[in-house]
Amino acid sequence: MRGVALAALVALVGGGCGGDDPRGGVADRTVELTARLSRFEPTVITVRAGTTVRFVVRNEDPIDHELIVGDDEVHGAHETGTEPYHLPRPGEVTARAGETVSTTYRFDRPGEVVFACHLPGHFAYGMRGTVHVTA
Amino acid sequence: MRTTTRFLGVLLGCLVSAVVAAGPALACGGLVAPNGTVRLLKTSTLAAYADGVEHYITSFKFAGGGAELGSIVPLPGVPTEVERGGDWTLQRLTRETQRRFAVEDASAGGTARLSLAAKAEVLLEKRIDALDLTVLKGGAVAVGNWAREHGFNLTPDAPAVLEFYAQRSPIFLAARFDAKAARERGQGVGDGTPIHLTIPTRTPWVPIRILALGRGEAEPVNADVFLLTERRPTLLGLRGLREEISEEASASLLFDLRTDKGMGWVPQKMWFTYLTVGARASELDHDLAISVDGSAPSRVDAGYELAGPPTISSVFDPVDRSRPPVWPFVAATVGLCTVTGLVLRRRLG
Repeated sequence: MRGVALAALVALVGGGCGGDDPRGGVADRTVELTARLSRFEPTVITVRAGTTVRFVVRNEDPIDHELIVGDDEVHGAHETGTEPYHLPRPGEVTARAGETVSTTYRFDRPGEVVFACHLPGHFAYGMRGTVHVTA
Repeated sequence: MRTTTRFLGVLLGCLVSAVVAAGPALACGGLVAPNGTVRLLKTSTLAAYADGVEHYITSFKFAGGGAELGSIVPLPGVPTEVERGGDWTLQRLTRETQRRFAVEDASAGGTARLSLAAKAEVLLEKRIDALDLTVLKGGAVAVGNWAREHGFNLTPDAPAVLEFYAQRSPIFLAARFDAKAARERGQGVGDGTPIHLTIPTRTPWVPIRILALGRGEAEPVNADVFLLTERRPTLLGLRGLREEISEEASASLLFDLRTDKGMGWVPQKMWFTYLTVGARASELDHDLAISVDGSAPSRVDAGYELAGPPTISSVFDPVDRSRPPVWPFVAATVGLCTVTGLVLRRRLG
């Protein structure tokens, strides 16, 4: 039963992230991220403020990963949270083993924004990167 | 699961034992079933190497509980036989060193499924007591997929560690301890089930990096490694290890081992090496390569250099014993990685 519910949730996530996220807006740019050996590649991305980026995450590992983009509050919540899979929120997507998924996120202000995987132990292992948002 | 882990291994004329310090919850030699309440106290393994055949004996012990858990052990080649291990071999080996050191201590959005859905090939399945054993052949992704699909919880470092080993030898042993079956058999906390794998192989290496699986960089790893070889070995990959004993194995030790069930292959003379592992997990990024023919141990076997396309040591015909060992060349050029003997004692979980 739990498996069915999980599958339904994953299907929902997949459907919601297949294109531009309705709340993320139409993407100005697509960034492809590879998750391999519990690392993101690339780890540094530069975009202009005001850009909506569509992240395409290709998980090449035999384990699940996730992509979380956001400020410290977002990352703090996910690092200590218990949500194993994510609903289709902008900048948040689950990439199960072997899957390619996508999500969009708008970078409004100049600065640095972290993207990471917060599944247990993954952030500490080094599964994170930085988006440099220029003016 | 990070609990104390123990490895006792012997490979190719080698006997290796490893004891790893306990940790919390996610690493049982690397892999543990999620939500498992069973704590694997230790996994003890004895592998011996004689006449081109490795005898790998390992024992799993658990601390009780109500769930299953398992572990995955990299192997140097395809086992030709999997059977229940002897009754006292591992204990005798442990006693051989404990007795000596007791004296010394007194003084001191998924839309696309990639082709990565690779499938591991199940080469062998066997049930020994409460242990379900599966010998797998496949790359890191394939074996990882198999493990995940069978309820193993892989820690974030697992993909890299599986790849590290699969590049040399795409053979893994998955062992799952069925706690319910153990209870029904009357197995108590701390009771172990020894298994004995017979593996034709050409060169010995001892998996050391696997001991750090699932551990934080600064977490300590403590292990005992015992080697039994036909000659005094040359070793490579000693970072984090210390050689405690290197001597001709005593006649009494070999006699005691030889008289255990399934241990009649133990030669009359062997060289005994005892190493201790005491390092932070981050230091254990290599394996222990062993040469018994006087040549330099393989840097590939030690994990210092990448192997070529993975091959399987079973291509080595153990019957053809007249040929001189050419494993260093093969390992360096073709990537043939054969593990000689190892006895691992490890604690997973």
